[in-house]
Amino acid sequence: MVSSRSWGALRFAAFTVLILNAATGRASAESVLRVAMTAADIPDYTGAPDQGYEGYRFAGYTLYDGLALWDLSSSDKAADIMPGLATSWSVDPNNDKRWVYKLRQGVTYHDGCPWNADSALWNFKRVMDPKAPQFNPRHVGQMGTYVVNIASVDKIDDSTIAINTKVPSSLFPYEMAMFYMISNCAVEKAGNDYNAYMQHPSGTGPYKFDKVVPHERLELVKNDKYWNPQRIPKHDRLVLLPMPEASTRAAALLSGQVDFVEAPSPDTIPRLKEAGMKIVTVPYPHNWDYMLRMDVPPFNDIRVRQAANYAMNRQDMVDMLQGVAVAATQTLIDTQPWYGKPVTYDYNPDKAKALLKEAGCDPCVIKVGISTSGSGQMQPLPMNELVKEQLEAVGFKVQLEPMDWNALIGVFLTGAKKYDYNAINFSMAPIDPVQGILKKWMTTYAPPACCNWGFFSDPKVDQLGNEALGEFDAAKRNVILTKMNEQAVADASELYIVHDLNPRALSPKLSGFVQAQSWFQDLTPIVVSP
Amino acid sequence: MWLYAARRIVLTIPILLGVTIICFALVQIAPGDPIQNLLSPTASAADAARLRAAYGLDQPLPVQYFIWLGKVMVGDLGMSIANNTPVTGEVLHAFMNTIVIALISVVLAFVISMIFGIIAAYRSGKLVDKAITAIAVFGISVPPFWLGVIVVIIFAVNLSWLPATGMGASGSENFSYFRWADFKFAIMPIIALALPPLGIMTRTTRSSVAEILNQDFVQTLRAKGLSEAQVIIHAVRNIMPQAVAMLGLQLGYLIGGSVLVETVFTWPGTGYLLNKAVLTRDIPLLQGTILVLATAFVLINLVVDLAQSMIDPRLKRS
Repeated sequence: MVSSRSWGALRFAAFTVLILNAATGRASAESVLRVAMTAADIPDYTGAPDQGYEGYRFAGYTLYDGLALWDLSSSDKAADIMPGLATSWSVDPNNDKRWVYKLRQGVTYHDGCPWNADSALWNFKRVMDPKAPQFNPRHVGQMGTYVVNIASVDKIDDSTIAINTKVPSSLFPYEMAMFYMISNCAVEKAGNDYNAYMQHPSGTGPYKFDKVVPHERLELVKNDKYWNPQRIPKHDRLVLLPMPEASTRAAALLSGQVDFVEAPSPDTIPRLKEAGMKIVTVPYPHNWDYMLRMDVPPFNDIRVRQAANYAMNRQDMVDMLQGVAVAATQTLIDTQPWYGKPVTYDYNPDKAKALLKEAGCDPCVIKVGISTSGSGQMQPLPMNELVKEQLEAVGFKVQLEPMDWNALIGVFLTGAKKYDYNAINFSMAPIDPVQGILKKWMTTYAPPACCNWGFFSDPKVDQLGNEALGEFDAAKRNVILTKMNEQAVADASELYIVHDLNPRALSPKLSGFVQAQSWFQDLTPIVVSP
Repeated sequence: MWLYAARRIVLTIPILLGVTIICFALVQIAPGDPIQNLLSPTASAADAARLRAAYGLDQPLPVQYFIWLGKVMVGDLGMSIANNTPVTGEVLHAFMNTIVIALISVVLAFVISMIFGIIAAYRSGKLVDKAITAIAVFGISVPPFWLGVIVVIIFAVNLSWLPATGMGASGSENFSYFRWADFKFAIMPIIALALPPLGIMTRTTRSSVAEILNQDFVQTLRAKGLSEAQVIIHAVRNIMPQAVAMLGLQLGYLIGGSVLVETVFTWPGTGYLLNKAVLTRDIPLLQGTILVLATAFVLINLVVDLAQSMIDPRLKRS
């Protein structure tokens, strides 16, 4: 028997619940994914991201697309490229320096501006033609490297363009996965003033710009008209927060201020797991190595390079990092198609000592430039101490010279010959054969051209490189690139140490994230539960 | 008085000029290059040279310095290289974020340290004195960034009372100190910032009050039959000039020296900005921030000097 008073109370309670539900229903109507980045500032979001590949990950592929895109849908294999704003591309059968791109039709930028051949040509001029009103030197700094091999671009019709390269380049499509297309209408509307464009940036990507608080947060919203329906974000809003301090990121996740944290430090991982956070790790083309200077002693002698590699007890390093890295026996990771079956330098201190003795380097004095932190550098100070200890155990005498990340980038960009370092600890992203093989090992890419920092030179490698660039059959090209990579490892072209597993910590509220074997990640499938 | 103030203001000009020269030179001596952050890892030397020219960084150093100085004279601190935004706006926005928490911290520390210092001096050698001294030594010795991390673990992670990081749930642009939802973001940075000046000022207040209480005139006051409370008021008036000087100095330190605390809490103030500018070698931003901070430091000291001469008539006479 329920008294009328109780009925009243129940009715009141039911009414209250109803009101509360309505109120919270309104408040939670929008699902928001909040991400803590490791960057110290919001990366450039005008179509030429800075702050390393983290910038591309969060302020690049979210807002913009390239002619090609990275396929980030699988955790099982290293990501490769797929069609993006172009539906297909092929080299001209009569001219191996001419690539024909079929553009995706029916795509518009976020501001309604149509994507077509004119827009594509306008975008190339943005970084290639200093006389064009839209020319942007800052964009050249970030994007110039991807168009360096382009001689000219022709419009064939509204949905077809031809890109003429300076030299035959079978790997050119990879470059186009890194070059973003931005709305020509938006830039023109801003009077070609990129600071004005920054207020209303516009791309074709799965997210649209909403607002920014400088240095603090970048807010993007779902592009529900995205051309690829499978990649329409499963949350309404993406908030990106720069948080350079690892302990701050962990605390922000634990206190519920963010949902997704990049690179928690290994010592916070047990605490995060205990609190129910999901820790995801996956191998990806990352390489924590020592680049070696090979035009002068001692590393011009292959025996010294091999000795250094045999001196590495990589499992010790993995243990120190609580398992968020895997041993590296070469630059690439084993799911990349060009990995091959090269020689491996397993830990063998006796062999290392013998090789050093044979090379007559005793004590083998080396000076190594290292950074105190930096994008992709993991935990550089303790890790370098361990490398030093292991090298010294076999007869090296190592002088570590720490500097901040910006200074080390300077050492890298200028090339080995301007300094007296025998090695630098500089992590690179061997995401494709261009960056992971060709530009690292071919003599022509020695500074100032590009990134063969230590002036490595092996005629066999150069010859294979030229063959690969001229081979337009992907399967055959992969065979050549694999040989090339194997040869570089046989030459002990660097000191291989570990590959990062790129830990990320996710709130239990999130589901659907597939961590790709890539520097870039697709956030669109993430569902945020209330 | 006005003449004194005018003289002091004129004297700040060479100090500020010196500051600009030193910070310009130091930034140049340090290895690193602002252009590198704008380049992709696979960029060529030609790309770098083109960008360097676009920012005028290919000019000889003295030329770069005087171009910058000329603009500063008309209030233009140049453009940030990393962000391509006007430095003046960046620095002033950050400065407003810092000055408020620095002021709250230093006033809080000042009030507490006066109470602690007086009690400790009055009860010199007793248990309460020892307890206060322990707190003060803790405040002086403990690194504020470490304290920051610890309070985050306690209040944000374990107790979930306060947010761990940032300035407001939607960023500093809509932040209000008068709204609890916003103000709670400021509480932990204020605690971390307040503790070191609290320690220093407690120790100084204690020793100054103790010294005054041992002087003959205090004995005379007591002999005249004044209550202990009145005696203490006399003592406090005597230490005021010193206390105000300390307050100014600590405020100056907090404004300029909060790099670590602001980084731990991602508080978008001058310390955070400075840290970012150093790491990216953003020379105009670095110079602009240092110049504004140095100006603030000099002005605070000027205000303190003037305030001291008002509080202590002896200084005016001298």
